[in-house]
Amino acid sequence: MSELTDLSLSEARNKLLNKDITATELATAHFAAIKQIEPLNAYILTTEDKALEMAAASDAKLAKGQAGILEGIPVGVKDLFCTKDVRTTASSKILGNFIPTYESTVTANMWTDGAVLLGKLNCDEFAMGSSNETSYFGDVVNPWQRRGDDNKTDDTKLVPGGSSGGSAAAVAARACLAATATDTGGSIRQPAAFTGTVGMKPTYGRCSRWGTVAFASSLDQAGPITRTVRDAAIMLQSMASYDNKDSTSVNVAVPAYEKALTGDIRGLKIGIPKEFKVDGMPAEIQQLWQQGIEWLKAAGAEIYDVSLPHTKYALPTYYIVAPAEASSNLARYDGVRYGLRVAGDNIDEQYANSRAEGFGAEVQRRILIGTYVLSAGYYDAYYKKAQRVRTLIKQDFDRAYEKIDLLLTPTTPTAAFGIGENIGDPLTMYLNDIFTVSVNMAGLPAISIPAGLSADGLPLGLQLIGKPFDEETLFRTADVMETAANFTARPQLMAK
Amino acid sequence: MSYIQGATGDWEIVMGLEIHAQISSNSKLMSGAATTFGAEPNSQVSLVDAAMPGMLPVVNEFCYRQAVLTGLGLNAEINLVSIFDRKNYFYPDLPQGYQISQFTDPIVGKGIVTIELADGSTHDIGIERLHLEQDAGKSIHDLYPNQSCVDLNRSGVALMEIVSDPDMRTAEQAKLYVTKIRTILRYLGTCDGNMEQGSLRADVNVSVRRPGAELGTRCEIKNMNSIRNIGMAIEYEARRQVDLIEDGGVITQETRLWDVAKGETRSMRSKEEAHDYRYFPDPDLLPVVLEQSFVDAIKATIPELPDQKHERLMSQYGLNSYDANILVAAPENADYFEIVAKGVDAKLAVNWVTGDLFGMLNKQGYTIATSPINAEALGELVGLVTDKTVSNKIAKQVFEIMLKTGEGAAKIVEDQGLKQVTDTGAIEKAVDQVIAANPDKVEQAIAKPKMAGWFVGQVMQATGGKANPQAVSDLVKSKLGLD
Repeated sequence: MSELTDLSLSEARNKLLNKDITATELATAHFAAIKQIEPLNAYILTTEDKALEMAAASDAKLAKGQAGILEGIPVGVKDLFCTKDVRTTASSKILGNFIPTYESTVTANMWTDGAVLLGKLNCDEFAMGSSNETSYFGDVVNPWQRRGDDNKTDDTKLVPGGSSGGSAAAVAARACLAATATDTGGSIRQPAAFTGTVGMKPTYGRCSRWGTVAFASSLDQAGPITRTVRDAAIMLQSMASYDNKDSTSVNVAVPAYEKALTGDIRGLKIGIPKEFKVDGMPAEIQQLWQQGIEWLKAAGAEIYDVSLPHTKYALPTYYIVAPAEASSNLARYDGVRYGLRVAGDNIDEQYANSRAEGFGAEVQRRILIGTYVLSAGYYDAYYKKAQRVRTLIKQDFDRAYEKIDLLLTPTTPTAAFGIGENIGDPLTMYLNDIFTVSVNMAGLPAISIPAGLSADGLPLGLQLIGKPFDEETLFRTADVMETAANFTARPQLMAK
Repeated sequence: MSYIQGATGDWEIVMGLEIHAQISSNSKLMSGAATTFGAEPNSQVSLVDAAMPGMLPVVNEFCYRQAVLTGLGLNAEINLVSIFDRKNYFYPDLPQGYQISQFTDPIVGKGIVTIELADGSTHDIGIERLHLEQDAGKSIHDLYPNQSCVDLNRSGVALMEIVSDPDMRTAEQAKLYVTKIRTILRYLGTCDGNMEQGSLRADVNVSVRRPGAELGTRCEIKNMNSIRNIGMAIEYEARRQVDLIEDGGVITQETRLWDVAKGETRSMRSKEEAHDYRYFPDPDLLPVVLEQSFVDAIKATIPELPDQKHERLMSQYGLNSYDANILVAAPENADYFEIVAKGVDAKLAVNWVTGDLFGMLNKQGYTIATSPINAEALGELVGLVTDKTVSNKIAKQVFEIMLKTGEGAAKIVEDQGLKQVTDTGAIEKAVDQVIAANPDKVEQAIAKPKMAGWFVGQVMQATGGKANPQAVSDLVKSKLGLD
C-alpha cells in the first residue's frame, strides 16, 4: 500500500497507463493513508464512495485507452473550491453546511481529465491566515517535526503554513498525490515551503476563479501543491483554462507544461532582487538563497542583481487591498439565503448575530480593516493610494523583466513555527507573507520548491518568480533546481 | 419664469432628476437569467443573482449596447473607457451585499435634452451622466406578520440611471422632462418606459431659493412612479420648504417619500443616517474599453428621434406643433398617422387620428397597437372624406360601422348608399321644398341670418345626411338672399 501512496503523480500516471496498477487500488491505498494521518486534521471531509466510483470510471477509461491527463489520479481539493453535491465550507462556520449545486471550473477541468476526488482539505477560514490556525474545523498539524538539540525529534506541533495548510500537509504526508490550493498573498507557496512540497501559483487569469470562494478577487489565483515540479506541471495543465464565466480569465492557450521540462536553462537570465535581503533574515535562509544561485549558475544560467524598489511597500499595501476586497466579497454571507442564520429581533440584528457567530476572529479583523480603508474620508488615503503603489510594484517587475527572465528569492523568512506561537500577534503572522505578496500584487506566476533543511531539520523553500504567462520557463528552471537540490528528506508524520 | 408666492416674497424651485430606466433586454446585466415582468417569484434567479459562493458577474454586452444607444439618443458623450464599481450596503433583497454600478467612470457623460413648454417655447435640460447598474430584488413585508419575503426576479436586472443637471424650475418642466426622456427611450427601444410596472422610476431633488440666490438645501423624493405624482410631489415639497423657511426653520438634507394616499412627502432618512456605500472598482470586472467604431456602428442604427420627427411632421404634412407633439409622443402614433395620411388630406388625417381614433381607443381600452381599426382602414375612410365621397359627418357613422363589423369603409359606403349627394339639382329641390314649407322661418332667417343653419339642418335631414353640407349651405344662403 505505502508504495502506492509514495509515488509521485507522474510515476503513478505511468503505472496506470502501463496497467501496473489500477485507479481503484490507488484510491483505496490513499484512503488507508488518510486514516493514518487523521491527527494532522488535513481533511475535513472524505468522499470515499464518490472516489471509488470515479476510480472505477477511470479504470474503465484506462482499459479503453481513453485516459485523460489526470486519469485515475487521487487528489485532495482545498475546501475553497465549490464541488457539486459535496459540502464546501471555506473552513468557516458560516458555510458549515453548504452543499453547492455547481462545480468550480478548476475542479470540473480536473474531473474531465480523470482525477479522483479523495475529499476536501482544511484551510484557513476564507483563506485568511498563514498558519492554518483560523479554520473553524481546527488547526492543521505540519507532518514535519523539529530535530531537538539532542538530535531526537521534538514533538512540538508545528503549523503547516496557510492558508492552504491542509493541501500542503496532505501532499507532504502522502495522503494524496496532489492537491488544489489557492494563493492570494502566498497561500500556496508558503505552506509548500513549510512542508517540503512544491507550490505553484500561476499568473493571475490563468485559472478560472469561477466557483472558488472569493477572498480578494484581484489577487486570488488557484494552483497546485505537489511533491515534484513535474507533478505541478501536469496539475496546472489540467486546472488552467480560459473561462468566459470569469471576466478576469485570460484567453491564452494552455501549453503542455510537462514538455517544458527540458533540463536546459543555459543562458537564462536570473535576477536576484536586493530588496528581498531584509534585515534580520536568518543566516540559513541567506545561505540557502546563495546555494540556489550556485545551482542555477552551475546549470548555465546567468545571475544578475536587480532592484525592485517598492518591495517594502508590498506587505502594507497588500493588507489594505486584500481586506478591502474581502470586506465586500464576504458581504454575501448574511444568513438570508444559505449558510448560518442566527435570528435577531430585526434584520440588522440577524445580520450582526449571524456574522458574529459565523465568522472567526481573523476574518472579522480583515472585514473591519477592509471596511475602514474603503470608508468615506479614508478611501483616498488608503485604498486609492494602495492601488497606486500596486501599480508601482508591478512596474518594478516590468522593468526588471526587460533584462532578466526570472527572479530567485527565498519563499519565507523562516521555517515552520509552532502552533499557537504567533496566532496572538497578527503583525508577526502577516510578516510570513513578506516574500510572496508582491507576486500577487503584480499578478505574476511563481513557484516554491523545497531546497533544503533548517538547522532544526525543517524544510525551507526557494521561490522562482516568472513573467506573466511564462509558466513554462518557471517549470523548466524549477525542475533544474529540484534536481540540483535533491531534496529527499521526509516528514516524520507521514502515512507509512 | 414662474415663482412660488411666499408670505415674504417670491421663491424659485430648483430641481434635478435621477431617472432609473430598466433596460429592455432578455437577460440581466451580469447574468443570463431572464427578465420577464410578473413571473413567479424567484423563478428568474441565476446562481450569480443569488450571490452563491464563488459566482462571478459577466457584463451582458447587449445591455452595454443599449446604454450606448441611449447616450447617443440623449446627445451625450460616450466614454470609451468605463468602470464598474461596487456600492456596498446590506439589505435582504441585495444578495451580493453590494450593487454593481458605475461611480467614477460612467458609460455616458454630458448630454442635452430639449423640452417644449405649453407656450411653445423650448427649454434645454443638461444631462450630467448616464450609468449602468444592477436593480435590487423586491422585499415584501406584508405577507406575514413577523417575516418578510424576498423576490429576486428583479435582482440584477439592468438599469440606466440618467442624472440631469439642476435645470428645472417648475413642476411642469419636470413632468415634461420625464415624459421626454420616456419618449426618447421608447423610440430607441432601450426601455419600455412602463412606470406602473416600475421599469421607469424617478428620484426628484427639490430645493427652493430666492430668485437668483445661491442654491438651497435639497431634499430627494425617492422612487416616483407616475408623472402625475411627480408633479404633485414637487408642488407639495416646494411649498413645504418655503413654509418651513418662512417660519424660521432650516431645511435639512434628507431623503423623503411621497405618500400617495395622504398627498404629502415625509422623511425617510436624514443625511446623517445615509449609508457610507464604500464605492470601489469591482475587482471581478475589468474596465470596459470600447472602440470608436463600436460606437459609430451603434450610431448608425439610431432611429428618427422625437425632435426630428416633430420637425418633419410639421414640414412634410403642414401640421401645427401641437398636433405634431401628440403624434411624436409615441413612435407608433406617428407611424399610424403616416400610414393614414398617405394620399389624403393631412389635416383631416391628424384630426381623425388624434380625435376620433384616440377617443375610441381610450374609451374602449385599446392601445394603438391593439386598435380594432388599423391605419390602412382608417386611411381608406379619410380618403373618402378627402375626395368628398362622404361628408365628415357620414364618415363618423361609417367609422362606427367599421368598428362593429370590421368591414372596409368603401364597402360600407357602397352597401349602405351613404355616398354624398353632389348633384346640385337634387339638393336645390330639397332646399326649395324646405323653404316653401316654412315661410315663418324664412322671415326669421332674413331678420337673423344665423337661422340659415336651421335650413341647412332640415335639408341634410331630408337627404339622409348625404348632401354635401357646404353645397347645401351655399344654396340656402343664396335662396334666402343672405349672401
